Amino acid sequence: MTDQSSTQPILAADGVPLKKSLSRALRRQKMRALLLISPLLIFVMLTFILPIGNMLFRSVQNDIVSNIMPNTVIALQDWMPDGDTLPDETVFEAAFYDLFVAAKAKEHTKLGTRLNYEQTGISSTFRKSGRGISKPGKALAKDMAGIDKSWSKAATFDALFNARSGGTRSGGADTTLLRAQRDRLNQLKGKDYKGDIGFAPSLEMAMALPMASREYTYWALFMALEKDKDFKKGKVSEAIYVALADDLTNPALADRIAGLTGPDAELIQKTAAAFRDRPRISYTDLMLGVNENWGNPMVWETIKLHSPAYTGGYFLNAVDMRKTLEGPAIQPENKQILIILFQRTLKMSLIITVSCILLGYPVAWLLANLPVRVSNLLMILVLLPFWTSLLVRTSAWKVMLQQQGVINEVLVWLGIVADNNRLEIINNQFGTIVAMTHILLPFMILPMYSVMQTIPPSYMRAAKSLGATNWTAFWRVYFPQSVPGIGAGSILVFILAIGYYITPEIVGGTEGVFISNRIAYHISSSLNWGLAAALGAILLAVVLVLYWAYDKIVGIDNVKLG
Amino acid sequence: MAILTPISRKPLQFVLPILAAVGAILGLLVGTSNGNSLGGLVIGALGFTGLSLAAIKLPIAEKAARWIIVFVFAIGGYMLANLALGLLGLMVGAFTGWFVYWLYEGRYRAKLLPYLTPSQVLWHYTFRMICGAIFFFLISPIIVVMPLSFNAQDFFTFTEKMLALDPEGYSLKHYADFLGIRYDSNGEWIRSFWNSLIIAPLATMISVSLGTLAAIGLSQSHVPAKRAIMAILISPMIVPLIISATGMFFFYAKMGNFLEGTVGLDKDFVGYIKVVLAHAVLGIPFVIITVTATLVGFDRSLTRAAASMGAGPVTTFFRIQMPLILPGVISGGLFAFITSFDEVVVVMFIGSASQKTLPWQMFLGLREQISPTILAVATILVALSIALLATLEILRRHSERLRGMTPT
Repeated sequence: MTDQSSTQPILAADGVPLKKSLSRALRRQKMRALLLISPLLIFVMLTFILPIGNMLFRSVQNDIVSNIMPNTVIALQDWMPDGDTLPDETVFEAAFYDLFVAAKAKEHTKLGTRLNYEQTGISSTFRKSGRGISKPGKALAKDMAGIDKSWSKAATFDALFNARSGGTRSGGADTTLLRAQRDRLNQLKGKDYKGDIGFAPSLEMAMALPMASREYTYWALFMALEKDKDFKKGKVSEAIYVALADDLTNPALADRIAGLTGPDAELIQKTAAAFRDRPRISYTDLMLGVNENWGNPMVWETIKLHSPAYTGGYFLNAVDMRKTLEGPAIQPENKQILIILFQRTLKMSLIITVSCILLGYPVAWLLANLPVRVSNLLMILVLLPFWTSLLVRTSAWKVMLQQQGVINEVLVWLGIVADNNRLEIINNQFGTIVAMTHILLPFMILPMYSVMQTIPPSYMRAAKSLGATNWTAFWRVYFPQSVPGIGAGSILVFILAIGYYITPEIVGGTEGVFISNRIAYHISSSLNWGLAAALGAILLAVVLVLYWAYDKIVGIDNVKLG
Repeated sequence: MAILTPISRKPLQFVLPILAAVGAILGLLVGTSNGNSLGGLVIGALGFTGLSLAAIKLPIAEKAARWIIVFVFAIGGYMLANLALGLLGLMVGAFTGWFVYWLYEGRYRAKLLPYLTPSQVLWHYTFRMICGAIFFFLISPIIVVMPLSFNAQDFFTFTEKMLALDPEGYSLKHYADFLGIRYDSNGEWIRSFWNSLIIAPLATMISVSLGTLAAIGLSQSHVPAKRAIMAILISPMIVPLIISATGMFFFYAKMGNFLEGTVGLDKDFVGYIKVVLAHAVLGIPFVIITVTATLVGFDRSLTRAAASMGAGPVTTFFRIQMPLILPGVISGGLFAFITSFDEVVVVMFIGSASQKTLPWQMFLGLREQISPTILAVATILVALSIALLATLEILRRHSERLRGMTPT
């Protein structure tokens, strides 16, 4: 080699430096591989990984309280619960309107159900309040209609508050108020309403009658956007009468009301005169009249405690604890079931794994040491259950184990068990363990078998020729070499067992169910999705740790099927 | 296997106690079922020993003696109870005849190494018996459902008539119910079977086509973040089904609303799309695993050879690579098919009644109204899995032959 060639870069056939050419080829290869993988990767990410992540996110998500009672949550921030004082009037005011609006939108029971997970009985408070919340407004509406008949018509309110109806109001429209009420509706219903409904609150009225303007604006939006109805026809909601009565009895607003001009000023001033002698509206009294439970500070504590948009409360619940003002605390005795369920799931999965090892090891050894022709035949006995539908095997065990089942019948026929004293081997832990051991046994035998096949039989013979007894030769020479097979099989069986749902559901009764069954119950029956997600997250974490261990020990690339 | 050890007759003081013990156990079983354990034990021990002794000592040829024993046991069983017990007696008799000579002539020693001690021989056969019991545990539940599916009664257990092998005790009525042709059947079973037959192949097609492409991509020599990609693609197999099901439940509810509301598709059609896509995801890990395993043994120089002869990448894929990895693709497809065909948790969460599959119907049948038609369905499904197993075995041999390995 000359000096010149060592300093010059080596060139490929097309004149490009070889290094560059190679890296380009490598890049192209990588791109091609990624291109082949990407359709599937995107498919799995979109329809599997993201949905699961989204579901697990529900375990910390808690925006329902602040979405349904937004003003109450804000008002409660200043309240320091001490066990026996009630929050002040502003909280009751916010709660009255929040609850009214939620009840009209049929959202209050959702919140009641959510808070009922934390304090039993609170959902009936919400349900009853939802039914009774219109009563105070109805009474006031009657009073006002007595003063002037036009108060009972929705058209009157439109003429009063709408800056766009005829343009008789001075001062224009209050767009801030309109936007705020639109946001309130969107937050409550989880929608994204936009667009003009032909209404804008009059700024003048918003100054003179702020509460009534606010509630009427919300109601107009609610009717037009959510209910798709004409808000200028029929009647207006009862909350507006309460708000109006509040404004009219508010001494701070008296001057502004007196200063109103325009066609409808007379109507308002006439009503204000009639209301002058009435005491100021007390929302505390209103709420206590709707339901006496609102006088219980515990209810307000629960709302305040669970108002943050993200909570660790579901995870605390998942380990039989709960959130309190003083921090996490243990659940009362009668509600402690989940820790027991977790322990039972782990314990039974462990028992199933150990039974599979005990039953699988001899069979795997036999299969690995018999002549190929015989072992292939015997392998059918292992593979047939493996390929048979899970439901078939589970129903087979139901047939075998039940009171009038095959096992009991045979035992009675043989006279070992008395006819009136049949064995109870189904709908309990025993049934689950037997059925699941049977179902998972092939998953233990197959990895063990593939490891044992690679152990040369001559090692055992060598050990024996060196003077080892049968037991020593097995325990010191054969067994250590078969441990990888046991490890692979055990982790596989344990991972599968811990997440089982179908078999415990059918043969487990109440004693033999797993954590999966509880998750299914919370998803489909009790609808406590947050708790289900928290339980699922814990289960998934356990499985992923085991999977990681499996990957370390066996390598996921080395999984063999069939 | 050839005979390893010369065999010799065993002394009677060794043979007789063992035979007496076996007889005692058999007698005990028969005696207990007739209400007299002790009598059965004694009669069994004496009778069994006496019969064996006669067979050994009397000058009768072995074959004739064994036939006589079979006959004695069969008649005994039939007289004691019914035809079924007679058949059982026939089998016990055949076993006894074989066992007596096996023990007495020392044949049990023939295939074992000559240097084994008696306790090692005993352990050898004890171990075989333990393994036999485990195999029995594995296979018996599957075997038991087959005769029960022909039960003429709506019971989950053998009736008197069935045990007596009376043709009246058997019928095909549960199969008729499955097919929806019995007078009182509602057609739910066959409808759910059709649903399974629609959903499973479609899901399999999606997972096989996408999975094979990805497996080929993964087997290239330079794949960035290969482990992470592999972990993601395998995850549907690892994540517990109940978690997958709940995750998909929320996702597909939203997607269904979108497809029905915004796109305006038919409700049933959307339901099928949801279930097919969900099952396709569940089947993907099996396709990936089997196809990557096949590609490990794939000789890369074959593609280079094809390329050097002027074949484009597409031609190379379809003419060279595809035929070679086809067995792996098909067996992956079979796994994906059986995963979908057998899946119940996910479909229960995301499907509606019109997508009810066969496992779902079985699950309902087991949990709510327990119907013996399940046993008929189970028998049909076992037959199906035997067919699948056979197909897989043929494919495996085919694949090994293609790759030039000796079939085992």
